[in-house]
Amino acid sequence: MSDKFTVEIISPDQTILKQETNEVIIPSFEGQMGILKNHISLITFLRPGIITIKAEGEKRFYIEEGTVEFSNNNLLILTATARDLVNFDKSKINEMLQKLETHLNNEISDKDRYVASYKLETLKEIS
Amino acid sequence: MPSLDDLKKRIKSVKSTQKITKAMKMVAAAKLRKAQESAEKGRPYSQKMQNIILNLTKSINDPQNAPKLLVGTGEDKKYLCVVLTADRGLCGGFNSNICKLAKTNFKKILGEGKELNIITVGSKGHDQIKREYGKYVIKKFSFKDKKNISFNEADEVGKEIISLFNQNKFDKCIIFYNNFKNVITQIPQAQQIIPTETKNLKESNEENFSYEFEPEEDEILEDLLPKNISTQVFKALLENAASEQGSRMTAMDNATRNAGDLVDKLTIDYNRSRQASITKELIEIISGAESL
Repeated sequence: MSDKFTVEIISPDQTILKQETNEVIIPSFEGQMGILKNHISLITFLRPGIITIKAEGEKRFYIEEGTVEFSNNNLLILTATARDLVNFDKSKINEMLQKLETHLNNEISDKDRYVASYKLETLKEIS
Repeated sequence: MPSLDDLKKRIKSVKSTQKITKAMKMVAAAKLRKAQESAEKGRPYSQKMQNIILNLTKSINDPQNAPKLLVGTGEDKKYLCVVLTADRGLCGGFNSNICKLAKTNFKKILGEGKELNIITVGSKGHDQIKREYGKYVIKKFSFKDKKNISFNEADEVGKEIISLFNQNKFDKCIIFYNNFKNVITQIPQAQQIIPTETKNLKESNEENFSYEFEPEEDEILEDLLPKNISTQVFKALLENAASEQGSRMTAMDNATRNAGDLVDKLTIDYNRSRQASITKELIEIISGAESL
């Protein structure tokens, strides 16, 4: 029996990706989460990080926020900020990094700081 | 009786108007296809989001403590109306239809002695509404310089709505837009987005899963509901964009046809008066010759 399930990434203006996969790793708000077939039905939301989709090849997407629903072996990721790492521009990353660092220096709430720090970490990792 | 020259000028001017409307129709048809496509592409997102919210709402046991965006403030005194229209005219009854619907609602709200605030998106709607309800308009958006509507614009409007809600400026929020049914039919609609309407959703999804939530339901809802507002606004904007082009296409098609009819009528008039003047001249010549 195949151990594949469907993953869909949908942004407000289009369906970015829909394919079969073996494993997906998502940066859930409370920590990294690996999802395999027959995972229990689940709803959660995401912090900034990398979504890794493992099929024949590996696909990686940078995201800043999103909502995830898993049911009936269908993983649904709703996000407005997904970017394929293959065509994610270096200069764009640096620009975002700079903006973020000024943002972190301002007075912000704990939750904001938590999200922003993950964003910073992820951006540094891929730059 | 207009002279021959006048008629000739009018025929020429009607013909050039016809050319313009024809061109506008073509442009609208091309834009319509694109707008329709993006409206269709945008549908899954808003649908799935509604589904998730529905599933979440089902598993909330304690509606008293549910987020305010979902269940409302429990009061019914202050209304926020968001009127979404186009930035351009010449699209038939598109803008007027939305405004008409909105105004009927304004009258009802004010008639019941409730407080009214208005946000307009799109300059044409603002122009129509400010005449009667100018003092209620608290903010206007216009995305005239944007070629294509993206989620960022909707998010801007959505964030404004939420920040007003957090300041307790309103209890209920209604958005007005045109729903794109097909090229000829667009239906002006009023949709309540705060508190979220879950009634009609409940029938559509009968399956019941027991979900694992991480973190708690409330926290997810608090993250999701503001996004849902923006998504609803975005959906409305996309529907509006498609409707606008569809409406313009039909309007311009009619205008082109009317111009054609007018040209035909004027040409008959022109030929007739030309014939009349020739006949008159002939009679003059003949009677002149006879009198000799």
